[in-house]
Amino acid sequence: MEKSRHASLPISVGNVTKTYGNVYALDDVSIDIKSGEFLTLLGPSGSGKTTLLMVLAGFARPDCGSLRFGESEMIRLPPHRRNVGMVFQNYALFPHMSVAENVGYPLRLRRMAKAEIGAKVDDSLETVQLGGYGDRRIDQLSGGQKQRVALARAIVFEPRILLMDEPLSALDKKLRDRMQIELRHLHEKLGMTTVYVTHDQREALTMSDRIAVINHGRIMQLATPQKLYDNPENRFVADFIGESTFLKVARDGSGLEAAGVKIGSSKPSPDSGSLLLMMRPERIRILEGPVAERVNEFPAIVSDLVYQGESYLLYARLGDGTELAVRGATRSDAFSRLPKPGEKVRLGLDYADTLIFSDAEA
Amino acid sequence: MAANGMNATGLLRDEWMERMRLFGLSSPALLLVLAILVIPVGWLFYVSFVGADGTFSMENYERMIRRKSYARIFRTTFEVSLLTTGLCIIIGYPLAYFISQLPARLANLCMITVLLPFWTSLLVRTYAWLVLLQKRGLVNDWAITLGLWEEPLKIVHNMTGTLIGMVHIMLPFLILPVYGAMKAIDRDYLKAAANLGAGPTRAFWTVFFPLSMPGLIAGSLMVFVLCLGFFVTPAVLGGGKVILVSMKIVSNIELFVNWGAASALGVVLLALTVITLWIASRFLRLEQMTGGGR
Repeated sequence: MEKSRHASLPISVGNVTKTYGNVYALDDVSIDIKSGEFLTLLGPSGSGKTTLLMVLAGFARPDCGSLRFGESEMIRLPPHRRNVGMVFQNYALFPHMSVAENVGYPLRLRRMAKAEIGAKVDDSLETVQLGGYGDRRIDQLSGGQKQRVALARAIVFEPRILLMDEPLSALDKKLRDRMQIELRHLHEKLGMTTVYVTHDQREALTMSDRIAVINHGRIMQLATPQKLYDNPENRFVADFIGESTFLKVARDGSGLEAAGVKIGSSKPSPDSGSLLLMMRPERIRILEGPVAERVNEFPAIVSDLVYQGESYLLYARLGDGTELAVRGATRSDAFSRLPKPGEKVRLGLDYADTLIFSDAEA
Repeated sequence: MAANGMNATGLLRDEWMERMRLFGLSSPALLLVLAILVIPVGWLFYVSFVGADGTFSMENYERMIRRKSYARIFRTTFEVSLLTTGLCIIIGYPLAYFISQLPARLANLCMITVLLPFWTSLLVRTYAWLVLLQKRGLVNDWAITLGLWEEPLKIVHNMTGTLIGMVHIMLPFLILPVYGAMKAIDRDYLKAAANLGAGPTRAFWTVFFPLSMPGLIAGSLMVFVLCLGFFVTPAVLGGGKVILVSMKIVSNIELFVNWGAASALGVVLLALTVITLWIASRFLRLEQMTGGGR
């Protein structure tokens, strides 16, 4: 694979703060993004992830802070002199220009020769698998094609940084899944430092080298997808990524107890404050046979069983009344052998999957 | 079509009934349009072909070709209309742009001030200009006090006064569609242009201006066509020195009681208006086909 056809640049965000009135859109944010990295800003709407992207592109002026691309300070540079590619959420393709004119626009601004523009436009359209679409009008394209044109236009002038603002949110699920893989491949091929904004955790987990989870204008955790999922650092990240149930944990002498069950964990838990136990549906097992080592076992009563195609969801009520969700794969006859609503069930959570957090958010 | 399927005849009748009901509801309006538009225009055509002796004749049209004064009147009419349209564009486009960039509340306030003259009588506004522009009027007084010019200038009862008044009256007709088109331009287009390397000026001319073209064309056409048949303002502020087709029509009726001649002028004016619109619509459609101005 011809890695890094374009040179890429590291991005360094330092102590950036942006307020709207007395609301903090960005609260003293610092991030270092490595050269050639695919970094995703993930968060709920209004979390500040888009604001941060707009600061990178130059469309939002922060109150204070620093932004460096490589060695150069960019924070006061206007957007048209930053030389970063950007894919907008609604694509922002110029309706009065054809596909080729759209893609050639940044090259015309750079006063490139006509023949060279033509060649680069064709090349770029080829890269996004739209060769031969140059003469089409924008309103003749499907959503997926518009997405590709927007991408071609963002990479045609070989920027060293590429920004994407929820570029796949308008596509249907099948197309979105395919585009995620394609974007990933394209990133590997072109090697630009890429900052991607999404509120879709699966998209973030699928595509990113690292993910920055943002909430209330602050970075809650910055880590690889696997670390983020397996070792969330706080309650917000644990709650936002995946579908977890939280159980209140009580201190029982030296040990801990949740839902009337003594629990153990292979990971350290906070020393003080009230605690919560996180339980992910797919990490909970339905136990059969003898009591196992290093597994927390919760007796429960099945309240509902839902068939969802590739997996099932089993809801069970614990002794303290909390309802837990358990997810498992639906293999041939496995589903029919599952306990039915009203029946008793033993749920197990390995010590390795037992994560305990402080109850305080942040 | 499966005309013999289940309930086919009944469904077909329902569809027909629905259409008839729609027609029934709109028929009063259709009759009204027929009564106040089609019949009078037909009457106008008819009268224009009746000579002084009450028989069919082309004399009303022949006169227009024969007499040089008519050609001059038509030329002045087009001149005034074109100049007014041009001045409206020069003043109105930047103003609409400015207002479109303001925050919503301020923009609404500005639009109200633009529209305010609309709600004031045309005649009142025209005479107001007469008062302002006359020899010892406010404009001359102030200009002399400020030292802009020394002697009172003649800025009314001539082309200058006519244009000032007409531009003032016509401006809202241009600003409204232009403002509408500008508001409809997604700000992300300009962000995209900037992101791709266009400075504010380049972004304006390559993206914003072409996208605002449909509004500008619509507004210009509206102003131009309204100007072609305009009467009150040029009659008052032109002081008899700027003679337009509309004024000639009035004098034909009031002075010479020649309904045939007046009707013929009306028909020619109508024809010219239709031709202008036809040319413009062809141009517009072309515009759409190529996806906007380039």
